[in-house]
Amino acid sequence: MSTAARRRRRPRYTLKESALGLALLAPSIVVFVAFFYRPFLNLLHWGRFESRRNGAYFEYVGLDQYREQLTSEDFREGLWHSVQFVLYTVPPGIVLGVLLAVTAHRKLKGIKVFQAIFSSTLASSVAVTSVVFFYFFNDTVGLFKVDWLENPDWAMFAVGLSSIWQNLGLSFVIVLAGLQTVPDEVLEAATLDGYGPTRRLLRVTLPLISPVLLFLVVVLVIFGLQAFAQVDLLTKGGPVSATETLVYKINRLNRPDNIGIGAVYSVGLFFITLAVTTTQFALLDRRVHYAR
Amino acid sequence: MASLTFENVTKRFDEVVAVDDLDLHIVDGEFMVLLGPSGCGKTTALRMIAGLEDITEGKLLIGDTVVNDVDPAKRDVSMVFQSYALYPHMTVHRNIESPLLVRKYHADGPDRPARKLTRAERNERVAEAARVLGLDELLRRKPAALSGGQRQRVALARAFVGRPQAFLMDEPLSNLDAKLRAATRLELVDLHRRVETTVVYVTHDQVEAMTMADRIAVMSTGRLQQVGTPQEVYEAPANLFVAQFIGTPPMNTLDGTLGSDGIDTGAGVVPVPPHLAGRLEGGRKLVVGVRPEHLTLTPGGPLEMAVRAVEWLGHECLVFGTTGGADAVVRQTGMAGVAAGDTARVAVEAADVHVFDPDTTERLA
Repeated sequence: MSTAARRRRRPRYTLKESALGLALLAPSIVVFVAFFYRPFLNLLHWGRFESRRNGAYFEYVGLDQYREQLTSEDFREGLWHSVQFVLYTVPPGIVLGVLLAVTAHRKLKGIKVFQAIFSSTLASSVAVTSVVFFYFFNDTVGLFKVDWLENPDWAMFAVGLSSIWQNLGLSFVIVLAGLQTVPDEVLEAATLDGYGPTRRLLRVTLPLISPVLLFLVVVLVIFGLQAFAQVDLLTKGGPVSATETLVYKINRLNRPDNIGIGAVYSVGLFFITLAVTTTQFALLDRRVHYAR
Repeated sequence: MASLTFENVTKRFDEVVAVDDLDLHIVDGEFMVLLGPSGCGKTTALRMIAGLEDITEGKLLIGDTVVNDVDPAKRDVSMVFQSYALYPHMTVHRNIESPLLVRKYHADGPDRPARKLTRAERNERVAEAARVLGLDELLRRKPAALSGGQRQRVALARAFVGRPQAFLMDEPLSNLDAKLRAATRLELVDLHRRVETTVVYVTHDQVEAMTMADRIAVMSTGRLQQVGTPQEVYEAPANLFVAQFIGTPPMNTLDGTLGSDGIDTGAGVVPVPPHLAGRLEGGRKLVVGVRPEHLTLTPGGPLEMAVRAVEWLGHECLVFGTTGGADAVVRQTGMAGVAAGDTARVAVEAADVHVFDPDTTERLA
């Protein structure tokens, strides 16, 4: 933030201006209340009840259920699997996205075709991607004929691969858009200063697109923490529970007999995501350069 | 320091010829201005020296070395860009230091092998560059916290910190306001005198060219029109383009025919310049050129001028009108003594008349 912006005093609004502001915000407030805040309050509410007799009735247990479930072996396993999934997908996803975008960011005839191809994974659904990867890995009819999806040590990695591919289009498009904002003259200046292609990328290009990279890290981490469909389609959380991420567990618990625990897990995941994202902004923001 | 030489250099972008058969020798230590309207090829020529554009045909030499295929980083030239092209994420210190970090220098004398500079040596050079350009107080700031003029100085400091063979400048003053531009012109000349490096400076602004250049190379549509000192280019323009591009307001021109008593222009007779007297055949078609300051309003003058407007600028006034169907401007000090709607008489000295061939547009000398 510039010093000028920091010094700027908070403007005073008249009643009429405030009313207009609220009116303009109303549609989004309504949507957020209906689909986010109210369900979230419901979750907090359900988290304090324990199911009895397969959900025939519920008993109020208060915050004890939060304390018990958030420290349980099962929750910790789910959290670890989610973290594993994020580690498998985010760093390689960003590196590949940057490499692909740098490769395709050239003034060449027909480069638009390649740019369209590289971004196309953005348009394919998780279901399609998962089916494709399912057949890649199938150990009898598959392309690679490996048993990764059946092997507890490899299953998460295999699911991660499909997600990396799935997210590559997004990373590519976002990094490419970032690259297009880097002024040619700055790169030319770097060339004349003696910077080779690698140094130019690491010392000039990447710092200049750092806001875009920060955005990508945050989005991909959230995607990773929320990944569900690929797990459901490829492994159903298995083998054993090797790919049961937090979200997958929440889905499994989303039945009348366990709805209280599911609610606790959901609230737990929400605050974990919030904490991770806030930390990312705090840590990375200092290293991000916002051009003005 | 080094000389720069274009030998029959041509640059084509697909079908478009940006630079056409350029032959130009820039002397070691010279301040050479490439001057011309936009699209004349001056920036392309500059970028070819830097190695940012490939050369389609011909040879480019830095010193005695042909550098057509030499990597930009190895040419030992530096460039100041129109946008300054500073690294926005680095401090002023890091920006200036940047070329010193990667390149190798003959720091132990010209006979010793080149090496990278030590941190102490780098800091010393950055400090010196900052001192020369008055940036001492700003070294810790980032470019976003600098004014346009300060950014420009940082770009200059970065360009000369490595003591390159040649400085290339691409319209470096065009983003500054008029007052700062005038001040920076003087500083650039001063800086050039101090560092004694070859400078190639691209501009479309003839004032910059006239005030800073040792020599000016005037370009138009990819072709070199004339090379010479500011005085030569102004006083003896090689063709009608140069005559009209240099000087504000531009040189007046009139079509005429050589008669027995001078050049008959239809609005009156203009004397033949002494160096051409008796050398041209009678009846020949000519284009006469006279600079506005060489026309004088006198009651008995040979040319008739219908006055359209008078601009009084304080130290001088400009009288606009038509003479023999062509637009004409007279510049004189003090008051004009005529007003719009008047018919005035205008005189010119023979020595101040330029004569051009109407077909080739070349100056007749």
